[in-house]
Amino acid sequence: MIPAAFEYHAPASLADAVKLLGQHGDEAKILSGGQSLIPLMKLRLATPRHVVDINGIAGLDYLKEEDGVLRIGALVREADLEDSEFIRARYPLLHDTSRVVADPLVRNLATVCGNLAHADPANDHPAAMLALGAEVVATGPRGERRIAITSFFTGPFATALRGDEVLTEVRVPVPLPRSGGAYLKLERKVGDFATAAVAVQVALDPAGTCVHAGVGLTNAGTVPIKARRAEGFLRGKPLDDATVRRAGELAAEEADPVDDVRGSAAYKRDLVRVLTARALRLAAGRAGAGR
Amino acid sequence: MMRVQLTVNGERHEVEVEPRLLLVHLLRDVLRLTGTHIGCDTTHCGACTVLLEDRPVKSCTVFAVQANGKRLMTVEGLERNGTLHPIQEGFVQEHGLQCGYCTPGMMMTSYAFLKRTPNPSEDEIRHAISGNLCRCTGYVNIVKAVQYAAARLQEGGA
Ligand SMILES: Cc1cc2nc3c(=O)[nH]c(=O)nc-3n(C[C@H](O)[C@H](O)[C@H](O)COP(=O)(O)OP(=O)(O)OC[C@H]3O[C@@H](n4cnc5c(N)ncnc54)[C@H](O)[C@@H]3O)c2cc1C
Ligand code: FES
Ligand code: FES
Repeated sequence: MIPAAFEYHAPASLADAVKLLGQHGDEAKILSGGQSLIPLMKLRLATPRHVVDINGIAGLDYLKEEDGVLRIGALVREADLEDSEFIRARYPLLHDTSRVVADPLVRNLATVCGNLAHADPANDHPAAMLALGAEVVATGPRGERRIAITSFFTGPFATALRGDEVLTEVRVPVPLPRSGGAYLKLERKVGDFATAAVAVQVALDPAGTCVHAGVGLTNAGTVPIKARRAEGFLRGKPLDDATVRRAGELAAEEADPVDDVRGSAAYKRDLVRVLTARALRLAAGRAGAGR
Repeated sequence: MMRVQLTVNGERHEVEVEPRLLLVHLLRDVLRLTGTHIGCDTTHCGACTVLLEDRPVKSCTVFAVQANGKRLMTVEGLERNGTLHPIQEGFVQEHGLQCGYCTPGMMMTSYAFLKRTPNPSEDEIRHAISGNLCRCTGYVNIVKAVQYAAARLQEGGA
């Protein structure tokens, strides 16, 4: 399959990229990992006249903790997260997520920022970032602005980014003491998008009471969902069996899935219930293990 | 048209391409390196796997212009002076292929994997090759082929 013809730009700086986006407006698309954009172009579901490849911009591939924030630059690949011992130990939710995005070959190119910018409700990182309470940085002609992840996803495949902005960084607050997270996804086979998936991040006090909870849902609606009622219910409670089960029921009520080839709405809703409870047990165990 | 310089299996090439040309077509149709296969053409099967700066990627989902200035390796780069690479030997010895369609991609993924993980567990091998689909073998002999290659490479086979 051959994509429609386009003009290729490989800016060497962020400023040049932003300028190109400003010049070409709706006719331009950013290319990062290309693992969503190129398949869409081959199917001619996307026919940008200008492709702005940001891979040649130096200094966008950092992955580091600084001033209480984990900063993930625009060119950090899924494989970088998956392979990082530091991420595995300190951000198990991100490690879990990166291991189940697509397949190992796609992960060598696909970026975390591209996963958010693409805003497919079936993408895995949006739910993880909702659970973690992340923030994204958009860089445009007037500099940088920060957008809370809760106001980033505005519709299916739509975000708060403007046409002349590059998503340059995701910022994840460093975990509280005694934190744990987990991502559980049901996929029909390796490389498939989620039938449904659940991201959770919890923090416990020394007595084991939940002091913070984040719950995000993948492919459980037309946008990634933050299960706020489940989160509120968990705070102030020990994460015992009855509590995690009830949180699962609440998350299932907050889900708003649609039927698709991967499953019926009813099936997905029930998956959310089961996966939420399981993910909470796993996250609580990890939090207890001093993660 | 755009001018692209790249190194494939140690050899430098300079070609003029349309930006929409996919890397797999540059390799197969322009450079005539037809060892790299096209299976699904929809980013699902991994038959088109090549190494881009040492990382296995699906060459049907990369534009040739993105490889400008980059180092690539294809299945043709495995054999040296008529001697099979241990990964190739492994596929022969362990019957790691039937129709052979997936084999070039499978070997490129395994080659890159063994460089990073010289002494892998079976689970690690299965995880590593999970982006390469095989419709014939059931994977058991592919795993054995990778284990064979790991052992040979550990003895200093290549
Ligand atoms: C076979 C297959 C299976 C997959 N399975 C999964 C899966 O299970 N889960 C999952 O989450 N994803 C999956 N994906 C999608 C994959 O993870 C994508 O690569 C990812 O969603 C997009 O990241 P990218 O870096 O490749 O973005 P690109 O493809 O380069 O871009 C995607 C879109 O985002 C825009 N964009 C990219 N980067 C930026 C940026 N920095 N700033 C602003 N806009 C930007 C682009 O303009 C484009 O519109 C799969 C893909 C394939 C091919
Ligand atoms: S041909 Fe490239 S993934 Fe199938
Ligand atoms: S040997 Fe036939 S597809 Fe793998």
